[in-house]
Amino acid sequence: MTHAVELPLWAAIVVACLLLLGAFLTLVGSIGLLRLRDFYARVHAPTLATTLGIGCVLLASMLFFTVLQTRPVLHEVLITAFMVLTTPVTLMLLTRASLYRDRREGSPDVPPIPARPLPKDGAER
Amino acid sequence: MTRLLPFPLVTLGLLILWLLLNESVSPGAILLGSVLALVGGGALWLLAPPAGRPRRVLAIARLLWDVLIEIIRSNNAVATLILRGPRSQAGRSGFVLIPLAMRSPYGLAALACILTATPGTVWVDYDAEDGTMLLHVLDLIDEEQWMRIVKDNWERRLMEIFE
Repeated sequence: MTHAVELPLWAAIVVACLLLLGAFLTLVGSIGLLRLRDFYARVHAPTLATTLGIGCVLLASMLFFTVLQTRPVLHEVLITAFMVLTTPVTLMLLTRASLYRDRREGSPDVPPIPARPLPKDGAER
Repeated sequence: MTRLLPFPLVTLGLLILWLLLNESVSPGAILLGSVLALVGGGALWLLAPPAGRPRRVLAIARLLWDVLIEIIRSNNAVATLILRGPRSQAGRSGFVLIPLAMRSPYGLAALACILTATPGTVWVDYDAEDGTMLLHVLDLIDEEQWMRIVKDNWERRLMEIFE
């Protein structure tokens, strides 16, 4: 961070605001993870950090390095794409694993497995 | 051609990705990137993905913009909900079963990513036999309203792009 001195004031203020907003949203997401009632509700909280939270931090990083012109702004774009593609997969896996277990245990809080007509006998014979 | 390059666009995309990650266009980076991109394309061919490709680039751009707006809006909504405290949301989160008309696997994958990336909704399950999806909503006030949001905002437009 030795270059930070060279940053003009307007850019410093915008970068600081974006970082604070990103950090705040991430913090709120973590608080939600702690305070929400059940597992399914808790899954929603970290998405604050993985969407707008990380988005603000990446915007701040893009602005910082663009103004200082130390390197082109390409890594942030890639990080955004990776986050958008990988986070939903993780969340869906966690939720589905939890739903599978709750259904096996016959928990009343989750919707049951949809009823299916049994496969007809003699189809293979 | 088809044997070596089954998915030219994917292979090209992987090469560009590699060069961007390395921030260099030196011969070494291009050579290594090309080898990795060819292997990546071949691996995708082994997985035998279903056919289908997106159309209407303009519609995709407009959809991405609306997703961004929706993400900002629901970030605000979920943050308010969390900060107001656990008592304010007693019994308000729950599951919604939504019948879908879309059958394109890529469209469904895109819908799953959009819904899960948006705070407040998580795609839970999809039943391919009768085409219903199970959605978990953090702030579930009105099931009808959520069904309308999913079908009008996202499903109809994804069907225009993928089907």
